[in-house]
Amino acid sequence: MVSLSAFAFLFSELVQYNQTRVDNIAELERRLEDAGYAVGARVLELLCHREKGNRRETRLLGILSFVHSTVWKVLFGKVADSLEKGTEHEDEYMISEKELLVNRFISIPKDMGTFNCGAFVAGIVKVRMGYDLAVFHWLFVTSISSNWPKLNKLLFLEKGVLDGAGFPAVVTAHFVPVEGQHRPRTTILIKFAEEVLQREARLG
Amino acid sequence: MAPLAPRTGDAVFANVERVNAELFTLTYGAIVRQLLTDLEEVEEVNKQLDQMGYNIGVRLIDEFLAKSGVSSCVDFRETADVIAKVGFKMFLGVTASVTNWDAEGTSCSLVLDDNPLVDFVELPDTCQGLYYCNILSGVIRGALEMVSMKTEVTWIRDMLHGDDAYELRVKLLKQVPEEYPYKDDE
Repeated sequence: MVSLSAFAFLFSELVQYNQTRVDNIAELERRLEDAGYAVGARVLELLCHREKGNRRETRLLGILSFVHSTVWKVLFGKVADSLEKGTEHEDEYMISEKELLVNRFISIPKDMGTFNCGAFVAGIVKVRMGYDLAVFHWLFVTSISSNWPKLNKLLFLEKGVLDGAGFPAVVTAHFVPVEGQHRPRTTILIKFAEEVLQREARLG
Repeated sequence: MAPLAPRTGDAVFANVERVNAELFTLTYGAIVRQLLTDLEEVEEVNKQLDQMGYNIGVRLIDEFLAKSGVSSCVDFRETADVIAKVGFKMFLGVTASVTNWDAEGTSCSLVLDDNPLVDFVELPDTCQGLYYCNILSGVIRGALEMVSMKTEVTWIRDMLHGDDAYELRVKLLKQVPEEYPYKDDE
């Protein structure tokens, strides 16, 4: 274990450094996603080695549950708050988190618009779900309970996990306002690729 | 509110929020990798890591002073001890030892046997000149500068280069006493 602030300082430098290397928000998110992706790939290796032996998840709900519980627990010390299926699209699932770690200590200036630091975690998830073509948007909804808008960094960590496990997806993080709550939740949206859904249907 | 009595490194670490060390280690690895890709030259990466460490250090010192209850150190010896026993412990969860003092008491070594930044890391042949943990030297330099000590921090031993421990040489260059903006007798 290390202190939360050690991680916070480090993550803050990661973001600030990347801000100097980009011209716009999309690029910044992309770079954070890539950083998270790299972390996710290694987290997947570690976890597979330690906890799952050689068993690979082949079912959609299996991998989602793996991310929501096992991966979350290793990274953040707890399982994610909830896992939901999107109602509008067959290929969308959402993992909700009340307070995403990377959003706790970062505030986003207004001129950065919809930028979300959850991009870093989304990258981690993507690795988990990855496939050749999968495009899975993870919407992680995390409620942020403090009084100021927090930089919602898409944790591209999650993206790395999905890819490595054979479930390609586009994974993105978004702020979602919540009734009765001052700060919005962060939603990680996972949109699985066509191949994943087809394979799932074949497996019955 | 009365200032905290000074606490040991263990006591402070037990009271701060902690996160999984692997997340920390892997995130640091991602940073180093990004720097290597962007900057290409190992020397440039070393410099950037030091700069990032410096940026962290100048902010970290406030948190350190607030949470540890340490007040001003009498001399540099005490400073080094506090960094090794309390500072490292409260942020990285490990303690360092202080060795090899020079005759004037202005230069010493901080030795780390355990270093969470480097778990799972091996340096490829192309990066042999890289000081992977260089962020640490920046953190120490930045933090000490905020308490009026100008220092020079260099690596003596690095396990990623085949040595048996991590050894940082901290040399006090100048102590700048705090200047008050007004004089009492004016």
